[in-house]
Amino acid sequence: MADKKATREALGDELTALGAVREDLVVLTADLADATRVEYFRHKYPERFIECGIAEGNMIGVAAGLAASGKVAVASSFAMFAAGRAFEQIRNSVGYTELNVKITATHAGVSVGEDGASHQCNEDIALMRTIPGMTVINPADYTEARAALRAAVEMQGPCYLRFGRSAVPDMSAEDANYSFEIGKGRVLSEGKDVTVIASGITVGMALEAKELLKADGIDAEIINIHTIKPLDKELVCASARKTGCVVTAEEHNVIGGLGSAVAEALSEGCPTVMRRVGVQDVWGASGSAGELLDHYGISASNIAAVAKEALAAKKG
Amino acid sequence: MDIKKKQELSEIARRIRIGVVESTNAAGCGHPGGSLSIADVLAWLYFGGEMNVDPKDPRKEDRDRLVLSKGHAAPGLYSALALRGFFPKEDLYTLRKLGSHLQGHPNMHKTPGIDMSTGSLGQGISAACGMAEAAKLDGKDYRVYAILGDGESQEGQVWEAAMFAAHYKLDNLCAILDLNGLQIDGKVSDVMNLEPVDKKFAAFGWHVFTCDAHDLDSVEKAFADARAAKGAPSVIISRSVKGKGVSFMENNAGWHGKATKPEEFEKAMAELNAEVHNG
Repeated sequence: MADKKATREALGDELTALGAVREDLVVLTADLADATRVEYFRHKYPERFIECGIAEGNMIGVAAGLAASGKVAVASSFAMFAAGRAFEQIRNSVGYTELNVKITATHAGVSVGEDGASHQCNEDIALMRTIPGMTVINPADYTEARAALRAAVEMQGPCYLRFGRSAVPDMSAEDANYSFEIGKGRVLSEGKDVTVIASGITVGMALEAKELLKADGIDAEIINIHTIKPLDKELVCASARKTGCVVTAEEHNVIGGLGSAVAEALSEGCPTVMRRVGVQDVWGASGSAGELLDHYGISASNIAAVAKEALAAKKG
Repeated sequence: MDIKKKQELSEIARRIRIGVVESTNAAGCGHPGGSLSIADVLAWLYFGGEMNVDPKDPRKEDRDRLVLSKGHAAPGLYSALALRGFFPKEDLYTLRKLGSHLQGHPNMHKTPGIDMSTGSLGQGISAACGMAEAAKLDGKDYRVYAILGDGESQEGQVWEAAMFAAHYKLDNLCAILDLNGLQIDGKVSDVMNLEPVDKKFAAFGWHVFTCDAHDLDSVEKAFADARAAKGAPSVIISRSVKGKGVSFMENNAGWHGKATKPEEFEKAMAELNAEVHNG
């Protein structure tokens, strides 16, 4: 079993590493330096760290102004207060301006846990992907999160990156062939009966679901879509053509996120039977991360169950 | 200010106003009222020696920046930029038309001389803070100007930015609050009172200066005082008349966001053209 680490740890670690080679990197927080782990960067590079206080809208605007003056500005907060509260600032001051601002949002989804629904952002990917030119990345594990952040800082223009609070297995660290490219999905395990497309925390679950399905004689293909926008439509459609049915799995409302993005690609490119695992348009609640994920059906067992449904629907 | 310079700047302000009326008239829409109220301040900024800008090199690194936080006053800024030579004056007639670089609200990628895309109120001042902070980080001495509206200052983000600028002692930031007293729904004091706005900014830790927006000597002094003030950002409370220069637009909230009809256009132009002969 791979070591477990939260992707937010990657945010802090990789920013600190990038700080050494990118003098133009400036990091901003809105009173959440510790929880988002950007504290690590502040510790090493206090002169390039800007505390904005609890004022996310202003933080995004300040980041835009820094970027307009030649900086790579990394604005950090919880997903709820970055994508949610500051949506319009991101849209107008970062998206429309095409500025080099990276929005790094931690504590996304129900796995925030005990804080409850007010802090569990299940809408951020939907919001961010409607902004023209916005790249949206949801890394699966620590190693991928570091690679994603590195790529985001290297690319020109706005990018939204989603990080989780809970520790997840660092599968990519054990993959000798691991490579990361924005917009390129990764086939983690080939199969012929059903395609499971996962993103972020659900990638590990999808791999577990593969084993559960194998026990029932079902050969699932597992794909990691770390970049939700631009979506790797080619890969999605190629796999859908091969297996004839698709299940998406996400820690996000099934409206507007990965499931929607895949549904759009499939319905236009290669109509295929599909099912969506995720938060079924309901509110979050307090509880432990593990309990909540199970409660909302974001689990290996539910992915396997839904995959069987999809398979049955295909056979019709 | 000597008389010659004052006459020159008055003439520039008059031509900025003509550009506002002509461009919004050609567009059939737009925001003349709040553009006319800042015409003299724009004349000072771009022609009075206040701002270090170069129309031949609009993005030069050490330039002073201007963020029109009240982005709807774009016709005023476009008119000033055209006069300063950032783009041909004829472009003003394409305002708000499909394919024009002169968008309804400023776009930094389309129009030379625009430092930040604005339009959604309250956001420009934050971007100006970021620019001022970048100058501090890089040890550069350029100044950043942000023009705020009084109605705009009802946005909470303005005060988030006000806290930020004071906290980081951004004395290279100069905000100009165009206090014309009117917003779409009526008088600012009736819609949502902003006063005492000077005390509010002072309480937030800013240097506060006041000027008569239509008296160039007063404008000059306020900007000189702001430039000399160190250790904290400056705000110039610029007491203005919305629609200034066109009698029927003055102090009339109805002219916030509409263009002239043909007979109104003729009257406005006659008044602005008469001003030169009288002045």
